Amino acid sequence: MVPGFGASTLLRADHELWTDIAAAELAAGPAIWQAAAGSRDFAPVKKILVAVKRVVDHNVRIRVRDDGSGVETDNVRLSMNPFDRHAVEAAVQLAEKGQAEEIVVVSIGPKGATDVILSALAMGAHRGVLIETDAALETLAVAKLLAALAGEEGPDLVLLGKQAVDDDSSHVGQMLAGLLDWPQATFASGIEVAGDGLKITREVDFGRVEVGLSLPAVVTADLRLNTPRNAALPMVMKARQKPLAARPAEAFGVDLVPRLVVERVASPRARAAGETVADIATLARIIVDKAAETELG
Amino acid sequence: MAVLLLAEHDLGALSPAMGRLVSAAARLGGEIDLLVAGQNAALVGEQAARLPGVGRVLTAPGVPMTAETLVPLLERLASNYSHLVAPAATLGRDIMPRLAARLDLMPVTDVVAIHGPDRFDRPIYAGNAIETVHSAQSRQILTLRASAFGPAPLAPPAVAPIEAVEGGPAEPLVQLLATHRTESDRPDLATARIVVSGGVALGSAEGFRLIERLAEKLGAAVGATRAAVDAGYAPNDWQVGQTGKIIAPELYIAIGISGALQHLAGIQGAKTIVAINRDPEAPLMKLADYRLAGDLFDVVPALIEALG
Repeated sequence: MVPGFGASTLLRADHELWTDIAAAELAAGPAIWQAAAGSRDFAPVKKILVAVKRVVDHNVRIRVRDDGSGVETDNVRLSMNPFDRHAVEAAVQLAEKGQAEEIVVVSIGPKGATDVILSALAMGAHRGVLIETDAALETLAVAKLLAALAGEEGPDLVLLGKQAVDDDSSHVGQMLAGLLDWPQATFASGIEVAGDGLKITREVDFGRVEVGLSLPAVVTADLRLNTPRNAALPMVMKARQKPLAARPAEAFGVDLVPRLVVERVASPRARAAGETVADIATLARIIVDKAAETELG
Repeated sequence: MAVLLLAEHDLGALSPAMGRLVSAAARLGGEIDLLVAGQNAALVGEQAARLPGVGRVLTAPGVPMTAETLVPLLERLASNYSHLVAPAATLGRDIMPRLAARLDLMPVTDVVAIHGPDRFDRPIYAGNAIETVHSAQSRQILTLRASAFGPAPLAPPAVAPIEAVEGGPAEPLVQLLATHRTESDRPDLATARIVVSGGVALGSAEGFRLIERLAEKLGAAVGATRAAVDAGYAPNDWQVGQTGKIIAPELYIAIGISGALQHLAGIQGAKTIVAINRDPEAPLMKLADYRLAGDLFDVVPALIEALG
């Protein structure tokens, strides 16, 4: 049966009616979605693979190189992509609830990317893998490397951030799911184990949807999924004792050659300097004029 | 050269972004076919057929609008097209990278300018840099940001032929359990000409009504910062910014918004920005074309009054 939108929960514009009415489809759906979460004595998710990326810190105001060759990344603060921190946190919370057993964290990049693996290990991941390369890989190559690693590791769930704040692509999770032919749930703001699968809340253009996923699956994390923990110093020290393997990207036998040529990177056009408005009456007149202009197209 | 454009629709209505996307896609060259999938495909297909510039409408009512079901259909149709295109909104962002990987292609997403059939601009670093990319691939997989392209020009009325296509696996891998929809009769935020946005300074969902009242006065859509959404003052689909909706209205009125980098990323394309904030030094006040420093709880009610 095609899932329909017959069971919508309408929210008033004042958004005070965020009700959680179970959809009619739930009753009609496969039995696994009806099983109560946590009603079993084994972890439904044996292994979670979490992919993390080292990026220019999201608080850094980036500078475009004058020659148009790219964005200056030398001598700027680098840290874990914020969305990936939510993915790590989600994995650690599942493990803490006894709903997942092992968390393997992977990053792809130069040796320095080890830092973000250590951050994830300090948050509670169990084991790290660095797929080492100095090349700037496109998202397709990243997805292929992750698919190859998933083939070796056999996770039940791959968790990633919904996008990286450097290239803002939002590709890798979806590509990985496509390469593995697994179901995907992007832009997740809620993850619950439900029977043998997962119930995921996704943030979409008109609000939210809840979907049931069978495993194995790929889920990408949005910012409202959870609040990532700051690892305490003992955890940071302990992270250094956890297993961390480094393997060259070339060892995975996948095509890493870029498909696109970045011809130029430019700064966006600067806005003209604005003016300070004296009073509310003047502001109202400006708004009326501008609003009238929009009607003329 | 031919373009297949995936139509976005909801509750039986074609997305207002589609007119813009058809006229943008015309810059790629070739005929434009529109694919309408999902439950209301027949109904929406009728609307799609009336968009100027559409050569043919393909309807796939048996294929739910999920990545796992739409991608196999698009894979099957791909060989007929030089470009497979979707709006850079939830649906397109979900589907097109998966499709690209299945076809062993590198997609170009969030395109904000088309320089030809294989050369595109896309923003990176929250819009603080724009990269121009060239793709020599056999086929281009694209998502286009509707807000970056102007409304469709007026054209004589025409109706494109509609053909039904089969396809999709019988059993979806992902089960839709429930939807939670923000009901509103205001304009679509992504394509609205005027947007009024509020920040965490509104203090409560009740306080946020002030933003909604001003928006109603102006026939505007309502936006919110991530902090306001996180605090529960506004629903998630109102969020404007790097991780929410990227908008480019003619007029953007920002109220009680200091202007984090991630929020500014969502409004850089706005033609005129008006800011009202207690702090004249706030980044958004500095960026604004017109700024008024003051307490929003004094200024906004007086402004609503002054607007009549």
